[in-house]
Amino acid sequence: MSALSNALSGNPAIPISLTIGAFWAAQALQQQLKLVLLNPILVATAAIILLLQLAGIPYESYHEGAQYLEFLLKPAIVALGVPLYLQLEQIKKQAVLILISQLAACVIGVVSAVLIARWLGASNAVAISLAPKSATTPIAIEVTRLMGGIPALSAIIVILTGIFGAVCGLTVLRWLAVKSPIARGLALGAAAHAVGTSHAMQMNRKLGAYSSLGLIVNGTLTGLLTPYLLHWLG
Amino acid sequence: MNDLKSTLRQCVIVFGCLAVAELFVSLTGIRFPSALIGMLLLTLLLKLGWVKLDWVQGIADFLLGHLGLFFVPPGVALMLHFELIRAEWLPIAVATIVSTVAVLAFTGWAYQLARRCK
Repeated sequence: MSALSNALSGNPAIPISLTIGAFWAAQALQQQLKLVLLNPILVATAAIILLLQLAGIPYESYHEGAQYLEFLLKPAIVALGVPLYLQLEQIKKQAVLILISQLAACVIGVVSAVLIARWLGASNAVAISLAPKSATTPIAIEVTRLMGGIPALSAIIVILTGIFGAVCGLTVLRWLAVKSPIARGLALGAAAHAVGTSHAMQMNRKLGAYSSLGLIVNGTLTGLLTPYLLHWLG
Repeated sequence: MNDLKSTLRQCVIVFGCLAVAELFVSLTGIRFPSALIGMLLLTLLLKLGWVKLDWVQGIADFLLGHLGLFFVPPGVALMLHFELIRAEWLPIAVATIVSTVAVLAFTGWAYQLARRCK
């Protein structure tokens, strides 16, 4: 172990400030260049991996401090209860329609990802990690951890899914003759979670509101049903 | 002073919901993410009026506004799995893209179809 790596594992402040600094810089970069592809999560993650590799620091030394930031994912999911509460009236008005569309999203998303991955020869751990890819990352990580997949792989797949959905989602929906803005919003949120929702918010407010509804309902259903769907898929 | 007290109350409510959920999960052995149970608990408390919206709004805005940051450490763990990705990049890429298009399609169609039937 190098001196650098020793210093890192003894001092949680170093990896914490490194992570916050990298994320802050990546966010500033995206605001400057306005490219969806330059997702700050993706850029900050890549920069830190590159730095650790170049300096020869093992992941464990970084994780010893960074785990304190990672823990905050859990209270952040709890905090999703606030937007969920704020949209309860909206949900109640269209409860049946929303539930049908989100059930379709959840089942199709999990089953198609697992079956395609297995058909192309993916290992079981990779197939499990792909299953919750349309849920928002904290939910996907929890589900993957619970089912014996690889949480880090899920995290990256979820982020890439979000970027793909945000960049191509509206074009795909236009091709598929999905015309209702409510249906478009629900689909974007269900498929591309928070990344798709922030893109929808930039388009217009109605699209954004229904996208966040899709993000929450599909995320919750995916968290609830994925263990059973995986069990059923064998 | 009041601001500080309200910040503490916000933390107690959010972390309290998480703590109750984790206790529930470990007592019942249910296979479900504790944080999601905490989220539903917080929604219920807000709906019942036992927790007022402005008691949690600040910390919720903070946590959700910085959601992306908390994803970075689990993402960095990817460096432990480079071999796996090199070996299985094709199923990962195809499954992600095809399945995402399928979700977009079926969510949109299901909503439009269900509304027509109603």
